[in-house]
Amino acid sequence: MAKKWLEISVGGLLVAGIAALLVLALQVSGSHLGGASGQYRLTALFDNAAGLSAKARVTLAGVTIGEVDQVSIDKQTLMARVDMSIDSAVDYLTLDSSASILTAGLLGEKYVGLSIGAEEEVLADGDMIEDTQSALVLEELIGQVLLNLGGD
Amino acid sequence: MMFNWLQKLGSRVLLRLSSLGAALVMLLQSLLVLPGPRGWQRLTQQLYVVGVQSFIIIFVSAGFIGMVLGLQGYTLLVDYGSEQAVGQMVALTLVRELAPVVAALLFAGRAGSALTAELGLMKATEQLASLEMFGVDPLHRIVAPRFIAGLISLPILVIIFNLVGVYGGHLVAVEWLGVHSGAYWGNMQAAVDFSDDVMNGLIKALVFATLVTWTALYQGYTCVPTSQGISEATTRTVVYSSLMILGFDFILTALMFGGL
Repeated sequence: MAKKWLEISVGGLLVAGIAALLVLALQVSGSHLGGASGQYRLTALFDNAAGLSAKARVTLAGVTIGEVDQVSIDKQTLMARVDMSIDSAVDYLTLDSSASILTAGLLGEKYVGLSIGAEEEVLADGDMIEDTQSALVLEELIGQVLLNLGGD
Repeated sequence: MMFNWLQKLGSRVLLRLSSLGAALVMLLQSLLVLPGPRGWQRLTQQLYVVGVQSFIIIFVSAGFIGMVLGLQGYTLLVDYGSEQAVGQMVALTLVRELAPVVAALLFAGRAGSALTAELGLMKATEQLASLEMFGVDPLHRIVAPRFIAGLISLPILVIIFNLVGVYGGHLVAVEWLGVHSGAYWGNMQAAVDFSDDVMNGLIKALVFATLVTWTALYQGYTCVPTSQGISEATTRTVVYSSLMILGFDFILTALMFGGL
Protein backbone atom coordinates (compact mmCIF):
# COMPACT_ATOMS: atom_id res chain seq x y z
CA MET A 1 0.00 0.00 0.00
CA ALA A 2 2.85 2.36 0.92
CA LYS A 3 4.58 1.52 -2.35
CA LYS A 4 1.42 2.19 -4.33
CA TRP A 5 1.05 5.61 -2.70
CA LEU A 6 4.71 6.37 -3.47
CA GLU A 7 4.27 5.51 -7.13
CA ILE A 8 1.05 7.53 -7.37
CA SER A 9 2.74 10.61 -5.93
CA VAL A 10 5.69 10.31 -8.33
CA GLY A 11 3.27 9.98 -11.25
CA GLY A 12 1.35 12.95 -9.89
CA LEU A 13 4.52 15.07 -9.81
CA LEU A 14 5.34 14.21 -13.44
CA VAL A 15 1.80 14.98 -14.61
CA ALA A 16 1.77 18.24 -12.61
CA GLY A 17 5.06 19.22 -14.26
CA ILE A 18 3.80 18.58 -17.78
CA ALA A 19 0.47 20.31 -17.08
CA ALA A 20 2.30 23.31 -15.60
CA LEU A 21 4.54 23.52 -18.70
CA LEU A 22 1.44 23.52 -20.90
CA VAL A 23 -0.23 26.30 -18.89
CA LEU A 24 3.07 28.21 -18.92
CA ALA A 25 3.21 27.96 -22.71
CA LEU A 26 -0.42 28.98 -23.26
CA GLN A 27 -1.16 31.43 -20.45
CA VAL A 28 2.22 33.01 -19.69
CA SER A 29 4.05 33.07 -23.01
CA GLY A 30 0.88 33.25 -25.10
CA SER A 31 1.74 30.53 -27.61
CA HIS A 32 -1.08 29.24 -29.79
CA LEU A 33 -1.69 25.53 -30.16
CA GLY A 34 -3.32 25.68 -33.59
CA GLY A 35 -0.68 27.96 -35.16
CA ALA A 36 -2.08 30.46 -37.66
CA SER A 37 -5.51 28.84 -37.98
CA GLY A 38 -8.42 30.95 -36.86
CA GLN A 39 -6.71 34.17 -37.91
CA TYR A 40 -6.43 36.29 -41.03
CA ARG A 41 -3.70 38.69 -42.04
CA LEU A 42 -3.92 42.43 -42.71
CA THR A 43 -1.22 44.92 -43.59
CA ALA A 44 -0.96 48.65 -43.11
CA LEU A 45 1.62 51.24 -44.19
CA PHE A 46 2.66 53.87 -41.67
CA ASP A 47 4.88 56.94 -42.17
CA ASN A 48 6.51 56.13 -38.86
CA ALA A 49 6.19 52.97 -36.77
CA ALA A 50 8.65 53.99 -34.06
CA GLY A 51 8.48 51.72 -31.01
CA LEU A 52 6.13 49.15 -32.53
CA SER A 53 7.47 45.60 -32.49
CA ALA A 54 6.34 42.08 -33.29
CA LYS A 55 3.83 40.56 -30.83
CA ALA A 56 2.42 44.00 -30.00
CA ARG A 57 -1.36 44.02 -29.50
CA VAL A 58 -3.89 44.99 -32.14
CA THR A 59 -7.02 46.38 -30.52
CA LEU A 60 -10.49 47.45 -31.54
CA ALA A 61 -12.22 49.77 -29.07
CA GLY A 62 -9.58 48.80 -26.50
CA VAL A 63 -10.20 45.06 -26.85
CA THR A 64 -7.31 42.92 -28.11
CA ILE A 65 -8.29 41.23 -31.36
CA GLY A 66 -4.91 40.20 -32.75
CA GLU A 67 -1.19 40.84 -32.76
CA VAL A 68 1.54 42.33 -34.94
CA ASP A 69 3.50 39.66 -36.85
CA GLN A 70 6.32 41.82 -38.14
CA VAL A 71 7.35 45.38 -38.82
CA SER A 72 9.44 45.97 -41.96
CA ILE A 73 10.20 48.59 -44.61
CA ASP A 74 8.03 48.56 -47.73
CA LYS A 75 10.55 48.88 -50.57
CA GLN A 76 8.26 50.70 -53.03
CA THR A 77 6.97 53.43 -50.77
CA LEU A 78 9.78 53.39 -48.17
CA MET A 79 7.15 53.43 -45.45
CA ALA A 80 6.87 51.12 -42.43
CA ARG A 81 4.89 48.02 -43.35
CA VAL A 82 3.09 46.37 -40.41
CA ASP A 83 1.73 42.84 -40.84
CA MET A 84 -0.97 41.85 -38.39
CA SER A 85 -2.91 38.67 -37.55
CA ILE A 86 -6.53 39.26 -36.60
CA ASP A 87 -8.86 36.71 -34.97
CA SER A 88 -11.17 35.37 -37.65
CA ALA A 89 -14.12 35.90 -35.29
CA VAL A 90 -13.61 39.64 -35.93
CA ASP A 91 -15.04 39.68 -39.49
CA TYR A 92 -16.65 43.10 -39.40
CA LEU A 93 -13.67 45.41 -40.10
CA THR A 94 -14.91 47.61 -42.93
CA LEU A 95 -12.81 48.52 -45.98
CA ASP A 96 -12.37 52.10 -44.76
CA SER A 97 -11.22 51.11 -41.28
CA SER A 98 -8.34 53.16 -39.97
CA ALA A 99 -5.27 52.05 -38.01
CA SER A 100 -3.22 54.18 -35.66
CA ILE A 101 -0.21 53.46 -33.49
CA LEU A 102 -1.01 54.29 -29.89
CA THR A 103 0.82 54.17 -26.56
CA ALA A 104 -0.45 52.45 -23.43
CA GLY A 105 0.10 54.95 -20.65
CA LEU A 106 2.74 57.66 -20.74
CA LEU A 107 5.73 55.33 -21.04
CA GLY A 108 3.90 52.12 -21.95
CA GLU A 109 4.25 49.81 -24.95
CA LYS A 110 3.05 50.73 -28.41
CA TYR A 111 0.04 48.98 -29.90
CA VAL A 112 -2.11 49.27 -32.99
CA GLY A 113 -5.62 50.64 -32.51
CA LEU A 114 -8.18 50.00 -35.24
CA SER A 115 -11.40 51.89 -35.70
CA ILE A 116 -14.22 50.94 -37.98
CA GLY A 117 -15.48 53.08 -40.86
CA ALA A 118 -18.85 53.31 -42.55
CA GLU A 119 -18.54 51.10 -45.66
CA GLU A 120 -20.58 47.97 -46.29
CA GLU A 121 -17.76 45.73 -47.50
CA VAL A 122 -15.31 44.21 -45.00
CA LEU A 123 -11.57 43.54 -45.05
CA ALA A 124 -10.50 39.99 -45.99
CA ASP A 125 -7.26 38.02 -45.67
CA GLY A 126 -4.30 39.87 -47.22
CA ASP A 127 -6.05 43.24 -47.52
CA MET A 128 -4.41 46.54 -46.72
CA ILE A 129 -5.71 49.24 -44.39
CA GLU A 130 -5.40 52.52 -46.28
CA ASP A 131 -6.16 55.07 -43.59
CA THR A 132 -3.29 55.12 -41.08
CA GLN A 133 -1.98 57.43 -38.42
CA SER A 134 1.65 57.20 -37.35
CA ALA A 135 3.28 56.73 -34.00
CA LEU A 136 3.65 59.78 -31.83
CA VAL A 137 7.35 60.55 -31.60
CA LEU A 138 7.99 62.72 -28.58
CA GLU A 139 11.07 64.45 -30.05
CA GLU A 140 9.20 65.50 -33.20
CA LEU A 141 6.30 66.78 -31.13
CA ILE A 142 8.60 68.86 -28.94
CA GLY A 143 10.39 70.11 -32.06
CA GLN A 144 7.08 71.28 -33.54
CA VAL A 145 6.05 73.00 -30.35
CA LEU A 146 9.39 74.84 -30.22
CA LEU A 147 9.03 75.84 -33.87
CA ASN A 148 5.52 77.22 -33.28
CA LEU A 149 6.68 79.13 -30.20
CA GLY A 150 9.54 80.60 -32.21
CA GLY A 151 7.13 81.72 -34.95
CA ASP A 152 4.95 83.78 -32.65
CA MET B 1 59.71 31.02 1.66
CA MET B 2 58.40 32.00 -1.75
CA PHE B 3 58.87 28.46 -3.02
CA ASN B 4 57.06 27.05 -0.02
CA TRP B 5 54.09 29.21 -0.77
CA LEU B 6 54.11 28.26 -4.44
CA GLN B 7 54.39 24.59 -3.57
CA LYS B 8 51.40 24.84 -1.23
CA LEU B 9 49.37 26.56 -3.92
CA GLY B 10 50.36 23.97 -6.50
CA SER B 11 49.54 21.03 -4.27
CA ARG B 12 46.13 22.51 -3.46
CA VAL B 13 45.31 23.05 -7.12
CA LEU B 14 46.42 19.51 -7.96
CA LEU B 15 44.30 18.13 -5.12
CA ARG B 16 41.24 20.01 -6.34
CA LEU B 17 41.83 18.91 -9.91
CA SER B 18 42.26 15.27 -8.93
CA SER B 19 39.04 15.32 -6.90
CA LEU B 20 37.27 16.93 -9.86
CA GLY B 21 38.59 14.11 -12.04
CA ALA B 22 37.50 11.52 -9.48
CA ALA B 23 34.03 13.05 -9.40
CA LEU B 24 33.81 12.87 -13.19
CA VAL B 25 34.98 9.25 -13.18
CA MET B 26 32.39 8.43 -10.52
CA LEU B 27 29.62 10.01 -12.56
CA LEU B 28 30.63 8.27 -15.79
CA GLN B 29 31.07 4.88 -14.10
CA SER B 30 27.63 5.10 -12.53
CA LEU B 31 25.88 6.22 -15.70
CA LEU B 32 27.63 4.19 -18.41
CA VAL B 33 25.98 0.96 -17.30
CA LEU B 34 22.67 -0.30 -18.59
CA PRO B 35 19.96 -0.11 -15.92
CA GLY B 36 19.07 -3.46 -14.38
CA PRO B 37 15.60 -5.04 -14.46
CA ARG B 38 14.61 -3.24 -11.27
CA GLY B 39 16.10 0.07 -12.41
CA TRP B 40 12.72 1.73 -12.93
CA GLN B 41 11.61 0.82 -9.46
CA ARG B 42 14.75 2.32 -7.91
CA LEU B 43 14.31 5.46 -10.01
CA THR B 44 10.70 5.83 -8.86
CA GLN B 45 11.78 5.42 -5.24
CA GLN B 46 14.37 8.19 -5.66
CA LEU B 47 12.01 10.44 -7.60
CA TYR B 48 9.77 10.27 -4.57
CA VAL B 49 12.57 11.15 -2.13
CA VAL B 50 14.22 13.82 -4.28
CA GLY B 51 11.25 15.23 -6.17
CA VAL B 52 7.95 14.71 -4.40
CA GLN B 53 9.35 15.48 -0.96
CA SER B 54 10.77 18.80 -2.24
CA PHE B 55 7.42 19.78 -3.73
CA ILE B 56 5.90 21.50 -0.70
CA ILE B 57 8.88 23.78 -0.01
CA ILE B 58 9.05 24.73 -3.70
CA PHE B 59 5.31 25.40 -3.83
CA VAL B 60 5.24 27.59 -0.73
CA SER B 61 8.39 29.58 -1.61
CA ALA B 62 7.18 30.15 -5.16
CA GLY B 63 3.88 31.51 -3.88
CA PHE B 64 5.55 33.97 -1.54
CA ILE B 65 8.19 35.04 -4.07
CA GLY B 66 5.50 35.68 -6.68
CA MET B 67 3.50 37.71 -4.17
CA VAL B 68 6.54 39.78 -3.18
CA LEU B 69 7.37 40.42 -6.84
CA GLY B 70 3.80 41.52 -7.46
CA LEU B 71 3.88 43.88 -4.48
CA GLN B 72 7.33 45.34 -5.20
CA GLY B 73 6.62 45.62 -8.93
CA TYR B 74 3.36 47.42 -8.28
CA THR B 75 4.78 49.97 -5.84
CA LEU B 76 7.70 50.61 -8.19
CA LEU B 77 5.68 50.90 -11.40
CA VAL B 78 2.68 52.78 -10.05
CA ASP B 79 4.84 55.93 -9.77
CA TYR B 80 5.25 55.89 -13.55
CA GLY B 81 1.60 55.08 -14.19
CA SER B 82 2.56 51.80 -15.83
CA GLU B 83 1.43 49.32 -13.21
CA GLN B 84 -0.04 47.19 -16.03
CA ALA B 85 3.54 46.10 -16.76
CA VAL B 86 3.68 44.27 -13.43
CA GLY B 87 2.68 40.99 -15.08
CA GLN B 88 5.54 41.28 -17.53
CA MET B 89 7.98 42.05 -14.71
CA VAL B 90 6.82 39.19 -12.50
CA ALA B 91 6.87 36.63 -15.32
CA LEU B 92 10.23 37.61 -16.81
CA THR B 93 11.94 37.80 -13.42
CA LEU B 94 10.62 34.39 -12.45
CA VAL B 95 11.06 32.54 -15.72
CA ARG B 96 14.52 33.83 -16.52
CA GLU B 97 16.19 34.07 -13.12
CA LEU B 98 14.41 33.56 -9.85
CA ALA B 99 12.65 30.26 -10.49
CA PRO B 100 15.73 28.30 -11.62
CA VAL B 101 18.06 29.88 -9.06
CA VAL B 102 15.84 29.85 -5.97
CA ALA B 103 14.43 26.40 -6.76
CA ALA B 104 17.97 25.07 -7.20
CA LEU B 105 19.14 26.66 -3.92
CA LEU B 106 16.17 25.17 -2.06
CA PHE B 107 16.77 21.87 -3.83
CA ALA B 108 20.41 21.89 -2.68
CA GLY B 109 19.29 22.48 0.90
CA ARG B 110 16.38 20.06 0.87
CA ALA B 111 17.44 17.19 -1.39
CA GLY B 112 21.20 17.65 -1.87
CA SER B 113 22.05 17.64 1.83
CA ALA B 114 19.81 14.60 2.38
CA LEU B 115 21.56 12.72 -0.43
CA THR B 116 25.00 13.46 1.02
CA ALA B 117 23.96 12.45 4.53
CA GLU B 118 22.34 9.26 3.26
CA LEU B 119 25.38 8.20 1.24
CA GLY B 120 27.73 9.22 4.03
CA LEU B 121 25.83 7.12 6.54
CA MET B 122 25.79 4.19 4.11
CA LYS B 123 29.55 4.51 3.90
CA ALA B 124 30.02 4.90 7.66
CA THR B 125 27.93 1.81 8.41
CA GLU B 126 29.82 -0.06 5.64
CA GLN B 127 26.72 -0.72 3.56
CA LEU B 128 28.58 0.35 0.43
CA ALA B 129 31.43 -2.05 1.22
CA SER B 130 29.00 -4.92 1.83
CA LEU B 131 27.29 -4.25 -1.49
CA GLU B 132 30.67 -4.57 -3.17
CA MET B 133 31.32 -7.85 -1.34
CA PHE B 134 28.08 -9.21 -2.79
CA GLY B 135 29.38 -8.27 -6.21
CA VAL B 136 26.93 -5.36 -6.60
CA ASP B 137 28.40 -2.13 -7.93
CA PRO B 138 27.32 0.60 -5.47
CA LEU B 139 27.88 3.29 -8.12
CA HIS B 140 25.38 1.62 -10.36
CA ARG B 141 22.96 0.59 -7.63
CA ILE B 142 23.03 3.63 -5.35
CA VAL B 143 24.49 6.63 -7.21
CA ALA B 144 22.95 6.32 -10.68
CA PRO B 145 19.22 6.29 -9.76
CA ARG B 146 19.73 9.24 -7.40
CA PHE B 147 21.54 11.27 -10.03
CA ILE B 148 18.92 10.66 -12.70
CA ALA B 149 16.12 11.37 -10.23
CA GLY B 150 17.71 14.75 -9.44
CA LEU B 151 18.08 15.52 -13.14
CA ILE B 152 14.37 14.84 -13.75
CA SER B 153 13.03 16.42 -10.56
CA LEU B 154 14.55 19.90 -10.57
CA PRO B 155 13.31 21.00 -14.04
CA ILE B 156 9.80 19.82 -13.10
CA LEU B 157 10.01 21.70 -9.81
CA VAL B 158 11.18 24.82 -11.68
CA ILE B 159 8.20 24.64 -14.06
CA ILE B 160 5.86 24.39 -11.07
CA PHE B 161 7.76 27.24 -9.36
CA ASN B 162 7.20 29.45 -12.43
CA LEU B 163 3.50 28.78 -12.55
CA VAL B 164 2.85 29.15 -8.83
CA GLY B 165 4.92 32.35 -8.75
CA VAL B 166 3.00 33.90 -11.64
CA TYR B 167 -0.29 33.12 -9.90
CA GLY B 168 1.10 34.49 -6.62
CA GLY B 169 1.88 37.74 -8.42
CA HIS B 170 -1.62 37.68 -9.91
CA LEU B 171 -3.12 37.27 -6.45
CA VAL B 172 -1.40 40.39 -5.10
CA ALA B 173 -1.34 42.64 -8.17
CA VAL B 174 -4.77 41.84 -9.61
CA GLU B 175 -6.90 40.61 -6.73
CA TRP B 176 -5.61 42.92 -4.01
CA LEU B 177 -4.07 45.96 -5.70
CA GLY B 178 -6.51 46.17 -8.57
CA VAL B 179 -4.34 45.91 -11.69
CA HIS B 180 -6.56 44.98 -14.62
CA SER B 181 -6.48 41.21 -15.12
CA GLY B 182 -6.41 41.47 -18.92
CA ALA B 183 -3.47 43.87 -18.75
CA TYR B 184 -1.62 41.56 -16.35
CA TRP B 185 -1.86 38.55 -18.67
CA GLY B 186 -1.73 40.53 -21.91
CA ASN B 187 1.51 42.33 -21.08
CA MET B 188 2.97 39.06 -19.86
CA GLN B 189 2.06 37.18 -23.03
CA ALA B 190 3.44 39.97 -25.20
CA ALA B 191 6.76 39.99 -23.33
CA VAL B 192 7.45 36.32 -22.56
CA ASP B 193 8.67 34.15 -25.41
CA PHE B 194 8.34 30.41 -24.95
CA SER B 195 11.64 29.30 -26.48
CA ASP B 196 13.73 32.34 -25.49
CA ASP B 197 12.54 32.72 -21.91
CA VAL B 198 10.80 29.59 -20.65
CA MET B 199 13.09 27.10 -22.38
CA ASN B 200 16.29 28.97 -21.46
CA GLY B 201 15.08 28.92 -17.85
CA LEU B 202 14.64 25.17 -18.09
CA ILE B 203 18.13 24.75 -19.56
CA LYS B 204 19.41 26.58 -16.50
CA ALA B 205 17.41 24.23 -14.30
CA LEU B 206 18.98 21.22 -16.00
CA VAL B 207 22.50 22.60 -15.51
CA PHE B 208 21.80 23.39 -11.84
CA ALA B 209 20.29 19.93 -11.31
CA THR B 210 23.47 18.34 -12.66
CA LEU B 211 25.67 20.51 -10.44
CA VAL B 212 23.69 20.02 -7.22
CA THR B 213 23.06 16.29 -7.52
CA TRP B 214 26.57 15.55 -8.70
CA THR B 215 28.14 17.54 -5.86
CA ALA B 216 25.84 15.94 -3.28
CA LEU B 217 26.55 12.40 -4.45
CA TYR B 218 30.30 12.93 -4.75
CA GLN B 219 30.55 14.52 -1.31
CA GLY B 220 28.55 11.68 0.24
CA TYR B 221 30.42 8.96 -1.60
CA THR B 222 33.87 10.26 -0.67
CA CYS B 223 33.20 11.62 2.82
CA VAL B 224 35.24 10.62 5.85
CA PRO B 225 33.06 7.87 7.37
CA THR B 226 32.69 9.39 10.81
CA SER B 227 29.87 11.47 12.24
CA GLN B 228 32.01 14.60 11.94
CA GLY B 229 33.00 13.68 8.39
CA ILE B 230 29.37 13.28 7.37
CA SER B 231 28.41 16.62 8.87
CA GLU B 232 31.32 18.34 7.10
CA ALA B 233 30.41 16.70 3.80
CA THR B 234 26.78 17.81 4.14
CA THR B 235 27.87 21.39 4.82
CA ARG B 236 30.23 21.28 1.84
CA THR B 237 27.41 20.04 -0.39
CA VAL B 238 25.19 22.99 0.45
CA VAL B 239 28.00 25.58 0.27
CA TYR B 240 29.58 24.33 -2.95
CA SER B 241 26.23 23.79 -4.68
CA SER B 242 24.98 27.25 -3.77
CA LEU B 243 28.16 28.95 -4.95
CA MET B 244 28.17 26.96 -8.18
CA ILE B 245 24.51 27.72 -8.83
CA LEU B 246 25.08 31.46 -8.49
CA GLY B 247 28.33 31.44 -10.49
CA PHE B 248 26.96 29.33 -13.31
CA ASP B 249 23.80 31.43 -13.32
CA PHE B 250 25.84 34.48 -14.22
CA ILE B 251 27.68 32.63 -16.99
CA LEU B 252 24.45 31.17 -18.40
CA THR B 253 22.66 34.52 -18.22
CA ALA B 254 25.54 36.19 -20.03
CA LEU B 255 25.42 33.53 -22.75
CA MET B 256 21.61 33.46 -23.09
CA PHE B 257 20.49 37.06 -22.57
CA GLY B 258 23.69 39.11 -22.48
CA GLY B 259 24.31 38.94 -26.21
CA LEU B 260 27.74 37.35 -25.80
